[in-house]
Amino acid sequence: MNLTLKIWRQKDANDKGKMVDYKINDVSPDMSFLEMLDVLNNELIEKGEEPVAFDHDCREGICGSCSLYINGEAHGPDRGVTTCQLHMRMFKDGDTIFIEPFRAKAFPVIKDLVVDRTAFDRIQHAGGFISVNTSGNTIDANAIPINKEDADDAFSAATCIGCGACVATCKNSSAMLFVGAKVSQFALLPQGQVEATERVLNMVNQMDAEGFGNCTNTGACEVECPKGISLENIARMNREYLAASLKG
Amino acid sequence: MSGIFNSSIGRKFAMALSAFFLMIFILQHFAINILSVFSADAFNEASHFMGTFWAVQYLLQPVLIFGVIFHFVMGFILEIQNNRARAISYAKNNGSANSTWMSRNMIWSGGFILVFLVIHFIDFWIPEINTKYIVGDMSGTLPNGEFRYHEELVHKFEPIWRVALYCIGFVFLALHLLHGFNSAFQSVGANNKYTKGLKGFSKVYAIGIPLGFIFIALFHHFNH
Repeated sequence: MNLTLKIWRQKDANDKGKMVDYKINDVSPDMSFLEMLDVLNNELIEKGEEPVAFDHDCREGICGSCSLYINGEAHGPDRGVTTCQLHMRMFKDGDTIFIEPFRAKAFPVIKDLVVDRTAFDRIQHAGGFISVNTSGNTIDANAIPINKEDADDAFSAATCIGCGACVATCKNSSAMLFVGAKVSQFALLPQGQVEATERVLNMVNQMDAEGFGNCTNTGACEVECPKGISLENIARMNREYLAASLKG
Repeated sequence: MSGIFNSSIGRKFAMALSAFFLMIFILQHFAINILSVFSADAFNEASHFMGTFWAVQYLLQPVLIFGVIFHFVMGFILEIQNNRARAISYAKNNGSANSTWMSRNMIWSGGFILVFLVIHFIDFWIPEINTKYIVGDMSGTLPNGEFRYHEELVHKFEPIWRVALYCIGFVFLALHLLHGFNSAFQSVGANNKYTKGLKGFSKVYAIGIPLGFIFIALFHHFNH
């Protein structure tokens, strides 16, 4: 396939940035999207130009590093995949592909397609954990009976890889699907009850402080989430937050 | 508790509460207006009761006015905050791939409903307040002694331009409700096994009620 790529280029966080056109030829449909960018970067390096900076790590859909907004959608046109799992067979010969960084005030661009997603880390630090007694008499987690449905829902919520596609795709740059998942994975389990009130209050307060937008329930985040995190998690977080506010 | 309405979730919760109140009000408004199609007397009786009963006039009416203003003001505040959360727009954004037009354009459908409401207030509410509280006529009757409400309603829908304007206003109401009804439930944390059924009911409400209002306007235009 021969393609035209329109890629966001930005030297650093202070640069204004712009879309730059690139032609790339002989792209195999079996390539992953990131492999296609690797080929482009090789060509740029051979020509003495600056390669395109983009985030990537595991390349198997687990780490949540890759973060591209491709042809108007987070992680591209395929469903339930990260950018590293997106293949060029999703495109046609002669296509023009727009490649942009995840856009949000809380995710500032560092360089080209690389954005700073440490806002998510700070939200996690605010409450995305449980305290466990490790003094020697710790109760085995498996010894606590947990309803199968709750365990399944908690596990589903815990599959969130924190890639930020929810923020990128939301017209309001809301992080509520991410925070909802992180709150839910503990709220559904007995181990998470001890700090439940503080957790949801602190995480939501941190989310607001980071400058993410308000959720207007468009559902775009659920559709674009590579892990299929459900909107039910946002509703659960809302319940948890309202209950915690009444208690606090 | 004090900080709840300063949070993103608290603001959405307040928005949802005002939406529930307004949706109940619209249903009640429709229930009275549809009487005008079947019985002028029943419509007159109901209108006179709503227009003169102290609890409606001095308790519910101020709450309604507050609810309307709050819903619009909060809607615009949330929109401004949301726009600020993304300083640079995407060069290409395929919003229709993952969300409905209605959900992405609540501010526009809401804005058009606000314009419609201003016209509606000028048409009905301000003359009503003038008659009752400035002129001081609480009788609700015409000089011939008959109730004035049905007569005034029919008279208002004589010009086709006003009927067209009201029809357009109700189309925007339908578009707003098609997303807003379910969104309000999600905002208060209600997303469970009943959500699927609720979505079906929301479509009936969101399309049925505005369609009913359109029917009433057209009925009076073409029958009188």
